[in-house]
Amino acid sequence: MSAPLLAQLTTIFGILTVVVLLAALLTWVERRLLGLWQDRPGPNRVGPFGLLQVVADMIKLFFKEDFVPHFADRPVFILAPTLVMATMLLGFAVVPFAPGIGIVDLNVGLLFVLAMSSLAVYSVVLGAYASNNKYALLGGLRAAAQTVSYEVFMGLSLMGVVMLAGSFNLREIVTAQEGGWFVLPQFLGFVIFFIAGIAESHRLPFDLPEAEHELTAGFHTEYSSMKFGMFFVGEYLSVILISALITTLFLGGWLGPWLPPLLWFCIKTALLVCVFVLLRAALPRPRYDQLMQFGWKVMLPLALANLLVTGGVLLWLQ
Amino acid sequence: MISQLRSMWLVFRHLFTPRVTVEYPDEKPYLAPRYRGRIVLTRDPGGEERCVACNLCAVACPPDCISLQKAEDENGRWYPGYFRINFSRCIMCGLCEEACPTYAIQLTPDFEMCEYDRQNMVYEKEDLLINGPGKYHHYSFYHVAGKAVGGKDKGAAENEERPVDIRGLNL
Ligand code: SF4
Ligand code: SF4
Repeated sequence: MSAPLLAQLTTIFGILTVVVLLAALLTWVERRLLGLWQDRPGPNRVGPFGLLQVVADMIKLFFKEDFVPHFADRPVFILAPTLVMATMLLGFAVVPFAPGIGIVDLNVGLLFVLAMSSLAVYSVVLGAYASNNKYALLGGLRAAAQTVSYEVFMGLSLMGVVMLAGSFNLREIVTAQEGGWFVLPQFLGFVIFFIAGIAESHRLPFDLPEAEHELTAGFHTEYSSMKFGMFFVGEYLSVILISALITTLFLGGWLGPWLPPLLWFCIKTALLVCVFVLLRAALPRPRYDQLMQFGWKVMLPLALANLLVTGGVLLWLQ
Repeated sequence: MISQLRSMWLVFRHLFTPRVTVEYPDEKPYLAPRYRGRIVLTRDPGGEERCVACNLCAVACPPDCISLQKAEDENGRWYPGYFRINFSRCIMCGLCEEACPTYAIQLTPDFEMCEYDRQNMVYEKEDLLINGPGKYHHYSFYHVAGKAVGGKDKGAAENEERPVDIRGLNL
């Protein structure tokens, strides 16, 4: 094995391990933050500040019975939870963490991430279908419809950024922001992408595929043990991925004064993740038809208008 | 959109408000005196059992977890021969306390009664009976009731008139 290949493998495994560990840690961060926002301490018993809660949960999940219902479509049922983890981790491949830190430098990086994050919905739909359960199926249907609607303007909202940077390469998009973060000229795009990102990662308030109050647990009703854990980690991975993307595309990625670039990237991403948790703590879930209406009748026209205006202004400036 | 942002801001501010919960096993929360927890059988100020085995509590109990048997002592006082509450079924509703005509059965603010063995949740009379009068210090059923028992005749209760001798009435 040649030395550069070895170095590359080390980076890949290093980054993937760190990302998965962070996703696991996020379960604790989220519960602590939710607790604080609900005027209670949150999990603080296991280890310092309750940090080992993650380990305790892992042990618990591993020792749960890994149950596959006899009416389920077995191969698909087993495949589904792995898909979400795999696609989300693949999505991280093109994220530029800092200059020199990253796995690959694709010239269609942005499209690749979008593709991967939309592929993740297969995991939900397949899992729901394979469970052979009414609630799961309803959850899966919702996930499919939600993704189709929100995917459309998720991509469109980013085109403004692409036009400004003149590239699909995430690294070049970051360097293009040296003069100023894109969140200012593309504020509308930022808001639209953020909302679409919440819908894409099925987080509250757009977690209609699992909507505990109506669908028991939605698409993962039949899942237990580590299969359930993988759905869970997948969801947190997508939260991190969306936050990292927003950081890269709108908040200047690793750019920032004084502190090392990697730290800047982590700080921005972490703050965005906290906003995701805050959304969960503060907002109620809309009704399903409201979600659809909001997507098609408000967000899509806004995204199109944003695209048009950005294009017009750029042409005029030339 | 504004209202969503506003509620996010309001929730965010809770980061800096004091917590309303206490960390339970280390710090016990304050429980009101009338909190409904473990059930006790009390005694009247004279030290006698208050329960007169009337079975009203057992009838009122929604999950039917009280079981008792009447017995009678040499003075004609009724008392429960056995009195059993199955706390694995009790829902701490307090209806037994409301039904009881003698203030015998009372709920206390103690809820720490976990057991590893389900059978240990069944409390017998000696587990339930306490030595004091509970929440009602001066109440004694036989001192206000009209029933004659050994040592207290008809008409001898508080605020009670002597019985009227109807044959002595000149009608
Ligand atoms: S508290 Fe309610 S459930 Fe418990 S013994 Fe009394 S009546 Fe029955
Ligand atoms: S506890 Fe009260 S209600 Fe129950 S049998 Fe005794 S006197 Fe009657």
